[in-house]
Amino acid sequence: MAVGLDQIEKMPAVHVEDLSEKDKLKMEVAQLRKEAKLQRQQVSKCSEEIKKYIEARCGEDPLVKGIPEDKNPYKEKAGCTIS
Amino acid sequence: MCDQTFLVNVFGSCDKCFKQRALRPVFIRSQQLSYCSVCAALMAAEGLHENETLASLKSEAESLKSKLEEERAKLHDVELHQVAERVEALGQFVMKTRRTLKGHGNKVLCMDWCKDKRRIVSSSQDGKVIVWDSFTTNKEHAVTMPCTWVMACAYAPSGCAIACGGLDNKCSVYPLTFDKNENMAAKKKSVAMHTNYLSACSFTNSDMQILTASGDGTCALWDVESGQLLQSFHGHGADVLCLDLAPSETGNTFVSGGCDKKAMVWDMRSGQCIQSFETHESDINSVRYYPSGDAFASGSDDATCRLYDLRADREVAIYSKESIIFGASSVDFSLSGRLLFAGYNDYTINVWDVLKGSRVSILFGHENRVSTLRVSPDGTAFCSGSWDHTLRVWA
Repeated sequence: MAVGLDQIEKMPAVHVEDLSEKDKLKMEVAQLRKEAKLQRQQVSKCSEEIKKYIEARCGEDPLVKGIPEDKNPYKEKAGCTIS
Repeated sequence: MCDQTFLVNVFGSCDKCFKQRALRPVFIRSQQLSYCSVCAALMAAEGLHENETLASLKSEAESLKSKLEEERAKLHDVELHQVAERVEALGQFVMKTRRTLKGHGNKVLCMDWCKDKRRIVSSSQDGKVIVWDSFTTNKEHAVTMPCTWVMACAYAPSGCAIACGGLDNKCSVYPLTFDKNENMAAKKKSVAMHTNYLSACSFTNSDMQILTASGDGTCALWDVESGQLLQSFHGHGADVLCLDLAPSETGNTFVSGGCDKKAMVWDMRSGQCIQSFETHESDINSVRYYPSGDAFASGSDDATCRLYDLRADREVAIYSKESIIFGASSVDFSLSGRLLFAGYNDYTINVWDVLKGSRVSILFGHENRVSTLRVSPDGTAFCSGSWDHTLRVWA
């Protein structure tokens, strides 16, 4: 059912305070159970991948290597001389 | 332009609570009913806990939390900066203000770059939203919102529209027109409606959908054309202050940060929270995905910025110094992800070496809090906005 343009759909007001303590806990436990099942990787492996990703791209990163003044679109506007 | 179709929820009366909401199908004893997302979540939770008492639920929550801590700790075999010990140190940085954009009458609260790498949209406490050409500093468009504190603004991927909102609790889209006779405000389209202030907004891969975050504790995905709510995201225990969409290659997820000190990663299609992180000691003001999409950074009122790796499911770096005691309001990465730029409430911008965890530069210039900061789409510059009413482009 399409919502007419004059009926702006309101965001359901789910204030956490409206739920009972028990309901909040039930949702929290359900969420935690899901998160506990997550497949995780070693930090060493993930860090190695982050390092490799950066090293591969660092050379082309304008803010890291700097931009020559003449190629920088934000270079100071030079004065003009009329000869 | 990417054509993403999301399951369009039916809008109507929930079969459980009877409130008018966006509904999804649920199955109870082989019967199909239509529940709103809250009742659906409660039903899913209920299925797991038939006769649980409050006390047993609490103890289960605690034991699950410590199990998560344990699992995460097991994989914490090294620190990121240790892995990066042999990486070449960065040289001296000469970054300075190249342009100062003046024109706002009050605090600048938010800004965003256009994909053309030169236009910028900014919004302010004075209710004005301005589109600038950052090369020339000319103002190309300006619109006055009916409310003050326009806390969020975003540029559409096509460059043909902008979205903004704040204390009006809405997110509105304005098409950008170059016709001098057209009044920009006349074409305004109200897209999102929250029950508290709008803190952040972002277009998805196309001009057709907008993701919003609000002080009402929720995030939501909306269809721009119809204003219809496509998906809602519940889980934060307090105001949501920021959000960022994953880079398109990584799929349909986004991260949000809030006053409950949590950063949460969401699946846009199902509305489910995939992972959550709670290591900050205060409100999270800004979250930004790392360029590969495998990690994200956060900036908080606890004066630290942190890096969370999604595959390791934990915080892997913390960027802080004893001398930095003011909150970080806004963070963004350089193109390669080597640098993390962070704007602070002490008027400075600190530049961090993401790998080594050290600060490589501190930038002065703003005369009041830095409230917003974004790196340009091609990484050649970054722009900061401040309570000193100005925006600065640094390169």
